[in-house]
Amino acid sequence: MSETHAQTVGFVRGQMLPPAPPPVGQSGPIRWIRENLVSNWFNAILTVVSLFVIWWLLSSILPWTLNGIWNAGSLAECREIRDARGLESAACWAVINERWLQMLFGFYPIDARLLATLFYSEQLAAAGGVEAIFGAGADSTARIEFVAQMRADLGNTIVFFFGYWRPLLALALLVVAVAPVLYGNLPRKMLWFSLVYLFVAFFLLWGGSVWLPILTAAGFAASFFLARAVSALSGALLGLLAGILFFLLFFFDPLGLVGLDLGLFPVLPHLRAVLDAAVPLGLSFIPSDDFGGFMLAIIIGTSGIVLSLPLGIALALGRQSDMFIINKSSIIFIEVIRGVPLIVWLFTASLLLNYFLPPGTTFDLLLRVIIMVTLFASAYLAEVIRGGLAALPKGQYEAADSLGLDYWKAMRLIILPQALKISIPGIVNTFIGLFKDTTLVVFIGLRDPLGLTNAIRATGEWNGIYWELYIFVGLLFFIFCFFMSRYSLYLERKLQTDRR
Amino acid sequence: MAAMSAPPREAFRLSQLLYDARYRSLTIQVIASILIMLLLVELVNNTVTNLAALGKDISFGFLWTTAGYDINQQIIPFTSQDTHARAALVGILNTLVVAVLGCILATIIGVLVGVLRLSKNWLVSRLMGVYVEAMRNTPLLIWILIVFAVMTEATPQPREFREGGSASMILWDSVAISNRGVYIPRPVWGEGSGLVVAVFLLSVIGIFFLRAYARRRQEATGDQLPVLWMSLGLFFLPALLAFFALGRPIGLELPELGGFNFTGGIQVRNSFIALWLALSLYTSAFIAENVRGGILAISKGQTEASFALGLRPNRTMQLVILPQALRVIIPPLISQYLNLTKNSSLAIAVGYMDVRSTLGGITINQTGRELEGMLLLGIFYLITSLIISSFMNLYNSNVKLKER
Repeated sequence: MSETHAQTVGFVRGQMLPPAPPPVGQSGPIRWIRENLVSNWFNAILTVVSLFVIWWLLSSILPWTLNGIWNAGSLAECREIRDARGLESAACWAVINERWLQMLFGFYPIDARLLATLFYSEQLAAAGGVEAIFGAGADSTARIEFVAQMRADLGNTIVFFFGYWRPLLALALLVVAVAPVLYGNLPRKMLWFSLVYLFVAFFLLWGGSVWLPILTAAGFAASFFLARAVSALSGALLGLLAGILFFLLFFFDPLGLVGLDLGLFPVLPHLRAVLDAAVPLGLSFIPSDDFGGFMLAIIIGTSGIVLSLPLGIALALGRQSDMFIINKSSIIFIEVIRGVPLIVWLFTASLLLNYFLPPGTTFDLLLRVIIMVTLFASAYLAEVIRGGLAALPKGQYEAADSLGLDYWKAMRLIILPQALKISIPGIVNTFIGLFKDTTLVVFIGLRDPLGLTNAIRATGEWNGIYWELYIFVGLLFFIFCFFMSRYSLYLERKLQTDRR
Repeated sequence: MAAMSAPPREAFRLSQLLYDARYRSLTIQVIASILIMLLLVELVNNTVTNLAALGKDISFGFLWTTAGYDINQQIIPFTSQDTHARAALVGILNTLVVAVLGCILATIIGVLVGVLRLSKNWLVSRLMGVYVEAMRNTPLLIWILIVFAVMTEATPQPREFREGGSASMILWDSVAISNRGVYIPRPVWGEGSGLVVAVFLLSVIGIFFLRAYARRRQEATGDQLPVLWMSLGLFFLPALLAFFALGRPIGLELPELGGFNFTGGIQVRNSFIALWLALSLYTSAFIAENVRGGILAISKGQTEASFALGLRPNRTMQLVILPQALRVIIPPLISQYLNLTKNSSLAIAVGYMDVRSTLGGITINQTGRELEGMLLLGIFYLITSLIISSFMNLYNSNVKLKER
């Protein structure tokens, strides 16, 4: 048949037709709408409903936001302006405009002396010079009046950049310190700065003598290098012991426990006294009570994240361990911490910790909170990482063993890199949770952004305002958490070695 | 050959405790337990010293003394003359109420959002994505405070509900949303209402038997009964028949405006509404992600295989996808319930009287028994968590893939 057919065809096209565009209904936006919005009647209804929801949301939010009033002294004034303009609804952004510095930094003192010398020198000279104003102590009336006048004259932006240069510099350096950890293609040498940053940040935020952070860092470094030097000479065990001994003598008073008081240990305060007397350098000391606002959330969140990761890994390994006591104590610790809400732990830290510490010990509340948040997050991290460890095929463990690696080498080189990679989403979720949970510190009397919100709402001028403040605080948290979750997606993709 | 079989016995050397893997774990454990012991001894010692210095002792006798404070939401009767133990119990019940209701609402919203987020409809899936991201990336506390502020500041005062006022009740004048709380009708149990409830419970049990019978019948004969319609009928009809046959024994007491406030009905406090809604909305975003993940975890081949077997789409969902997806969804779902229960301690932000506010708050302040109060509070939460997670373990072991 086919042969006869071939002969009956009189003409066969000798060249290809140029490709034609698909029909109008099968391409471009029309096809997209047809496939994604109205593929069947149910989908069409959903589309209509969601269009209505979007319209309803935008029509109530957008005019309110965009017509917002930025300059007013109180909520009543805001409403007057709104009525005068004939608007139905308008956000009163004036409260943010007036208080954003407070929401960011709480009652952290500004560097008034720097501001005055830089931007207010004429008035400073007129008032009698630097010493007349700033020499008399922080509580002098002249100084308080001068600073209040200066803040009002300079405006929030200049105060933000120059009055709060210490926390801002700490934040900027944090970005530099975190960058090599987050992005692997930066030079590895920068990791050294990440280590040093801990001490730099402490010095910038709390101030005080420059020698305390330097000596502390030196003590850590010296213990480490001593341990390395001794273990090169006479074995790992002796090295470790030497390191620990040096560390104890430097920071603590181990002989005091057995009743020997040579007056020589710990070494740190003696060295510090000598250095302070010789080269007095430092910034004004700021107690933790003055910390507040979003800065507090960042400080607690960052320290919690940095400290809880190693602890969480250790707990996860402890829970996987086949040593009875290590295993059981890890399990008890993890389950007890996870079984009780963070608020209860925070109250424990603020109410009960004094019972558990030696009599007469006082303990900074902020430090207590950081420790509690760290312990809390580490228990959750331990469970996440345990999931990663359990998900690894047993062959990986056996392969590491058969290569002759000891436990720590096997963990460090084979197991943990893979287990941590598997658990990245969970780890980042825990970090996000930790960061969000920093808002709970308001209940034990720290001035976190929500606590300041309540304080602002309690003032006469801004009584009755809520959306604007909560949106501001919520956006701040959203930006940070959203960045973290996007980063975890990026990391997952980057570390995905299979299915390339 | 026999001469070679016994290896020379090595004498035990002290260094083996460190360098021999057989003994090293023993050394580590001994050192660890000594350190843990030392830490515990130090803690207990410090506590005893500090308590002695303050002239306090450890005693739980305060539980049986008069509480002397009122609790504004009570499941069981409570007056200020009752004991601290009863106050704690009222608090525990309040915690459980908000936790259970929160779990129910969070599951409903979460499943809906999770399924809609997978919808092929571009607009809907984006909208749900925005919802999930907004909820997940902002602190729960903000949501609680926002809902509470809206409930107290943006709702009308009770006097607005008067004739000529600007507000009106909703749902045929049965529910009033005011800044003092939401007023809902209270059921009035009349003569014979027990019988209606009994009929209803019986018909619910009947549904289970019906389903079992339908399955057996289908396996035996291949015929399918319209189980859904029969169940629905069984659910509503007998109870409704009994209700009308007995002369409508269950009535509703509607809230009415009297004086400056509503009387009658049940007052649901703003603190409860704020906590409940915020907890549910917040947790629903996490549940939505779990649901989405669970459905996505079932490979496309399963759907295709079941289509190839000739199953319709809804039977595919019901018989193939859901049973497998549930195995992935339910464990994280239960841990979300656990989180919700623990997060209900944020009641402190709106003054809802949960167990932390009664036992861990006012009782501690009045009696000065921080140590005992916090201990009991911690134990309550710990037991609750352990119970919930043991359910999870039970479920996990039930649905675990039976591998060879």
